Amino acid sequence: MVTSVRETKSDKLFLALNYMFLAVALVVVLYPLLYIVSASISSPQAVNSGEMWLFPKGITLDGYKLVFDNPKIWNGYMNTIIYTVLGTLLNLAVTLPAAYALSRSDFVGRNFFMGMFLVTMFFNGGLIPTYLLIKNLNLINTMGALILPVAASVWNIIVARTFFHSTIPKELQEAAHMDGCTNFKLFIRIVLPLSAPIIAVMALFYGVGHWNSYFPALIYLNDEVKYPLQMVLRQILVLQEMSAETTGAAISGDIAQAMNNKAEIASLVKYAVIIVSTLPVVILYPFLQRYFVQGVMIGSVKG
Amino acid sequence: MKGKGQQAVQPTLRPSGGIGKKIWQNWELYLFIAPAFLYFAIFHYGPMYGIQIAFKNFIPSKGIFGSDWVGFQHFERFFNSHYFWDLLWNTLSISFLELAIGFPLPIILALAFNEIRTGFFKKTVQTITYAPHFISMVVMAGMIITFLSPSTGMITRLIELFGIEAPQFLNEPAWFKTIYVISGVWQNAGWGTIIYLAALSAVDPQLHEAAIVDGASRFKRMLHINLPTIIPTITILLILNTGNILGVGYEKILLLQNSLNMEASDVISTFVYRTGLVSAQYSFSTAVGLFNSIVNAIMLITVNQIAKRTSDNSLW
Repeated sequence: MVTSVRETKSDKLFLALNYMFLAVALVVVLYPLLYIVSASISSPQAVNSGEMWLFPKGITLDGYKLVFDNPKIWNGYMNTIIYTVLGTLLNLAVTLPAAYALSRSDFVGRNFFMGMFLVTMFFNGGLIPTYLLIKNLNLINTMGALILPVAASVWNIIVARTFFHSTIPKELQEAAHMDGCTNFKLFIRIVLPLSAPIIAVMALFYGVGHWNSYFPALIYLNDEVKYPLQMVLRQILVLQEMSAETTGAAISGDIAQAMNNKAEIASLVKYAVIIVSTLPVVILYPFLQRYFVQGVMIGSVKG
Repeated sequence: MKGKGQQAVQPTLRPSGGIGKKIWQNWELYLFIAPAFLYFAIFHYGPMYGIQIAFKNFIPSKGIFGSDWVGFQHFERFFNSHYFWDLLWNTLSISFLELAIGFPLPIILALAFNEIRTGFFKKTVQTITYAPHFISMVVMAGMIITFLSPSTGMITRLIELFGIEAPQFLNEPAWFKTIYVISGVWQNAGWGTIIYLAALSAVDPQLHEAAIVDGASRFKRMLHINLPTIIPTITILLILNTGNILGVGYEKILLLQNSLNMEASDVISTFVYRTGLVSAQYSFSTAVGLFNSIVNAIMLITVNQIAKRTSDNSLW
């Protein structure tokens, strides 16, 4: 008995250390996130001078006002929504039928198709040949350049295939076939309605991808009117282009008067713009988290 | 398959029919896969055709096919150039640092998560640590730049609280790799645990019961039961990661790069972007990119082979 008590003691110590470790991880991840939220509604003086550490100081919504008044950000927002919606719809239209076909063991040639898709995971033409292809297809500076080259991902096809394979009962398909149901009807009427979880997972993964993407826009778009939100963000956050063009147009009389310092306007906008651009994902995230996790889990089942 | 006269014949006929019959019966499935097939053929295999310009002097007006062959000229120019070793060193050192720090952390974190029972604390920590994964690269880079700003950055001031003068992080080459790797860990370590947690859920509880009877402590059980269970998953992910050793995420580097930290931040892929798209040296840049892909492929095959020999776990 004595030994078992001692064991529990060491176990307790281990558990305590474990909790401490996780608490540290929590703080390290959470603090920068909270800091941004607080900074976005604090006065820039308090943020820049270091008075604001956790809770907002000198609360002001001017940052958001500047962001919402900015036509460039609105335009980027609209573009991103369009790219995300159309892009995701195309992703689903390409991924789901292909994944379903690949999940059928009576589909002759599925190893060929799977092999062909898999190769692209490990070998690709590279940046320049891809760019030249897009150019030859006359897609430069079009919406298509942001949507078509990412119409499907091998990984997501594998995840969806695994889902169809493991959750749609084979007997159901056989029964449908016996009743004279065609593959098309079977897919639309039986398989898809049973696959809500995977459709959600796919839409989420692809949707977030479109929402966050900036690189294709950087290389394929030269017309700023077509820029997605992330490109506008890049100008503000990374290139620090706080020129009249980026922020000036948005400065209404009273704010401009309150702040004649350009650097202050810049720092005000930065935190607010981070929040505004990430907001849709942040709002949806707690509700959708389990789907995301589900997606990774399905993918991890040997595919 | 309940025999009901005529109907029972059909399902048994289906699988035993010839290949031609199978194809005919499922012709719609080819329609299903056609969009994906076309997509990969055009947008992934299409560019592979374009790789030949690495061995040509590509002139846009002549086209990919019509341009003249020049052999390995572009590769020689790259290997002999003074920046070759710098690029290779930066790419490799960033990758290895990332692998050495970013790879084990999700495993440790997952093992730690696994030790606590489901409850409010666990859920909260998981939700919070997964979240940064969904922050876009641009916002991530913006956060790094803002937090490390020499005059007003949150981290700069945090360091100054201790009376130490903070370095000009993003302007000093010596700091670039650390910043890159740590920010990557912050963003992705939590998310990386999901796959290990899935593997950990497969641990046989009887093993734990037996170990408890034998007097094994929690720590020992974690080390000798939980860890070995996820070794196959670890191996597979390690292979996948090593196969990408020269493919450092250039989107982030591109955003954090500036003329002052260039010496440490320039990697093969950012170099390809600059010479290819900014200076329009198409052929040369394609050659550099091809070198990158080939080294990656060799790494992947080698590591996979080693894993196969030593542990029975491999991608193929």
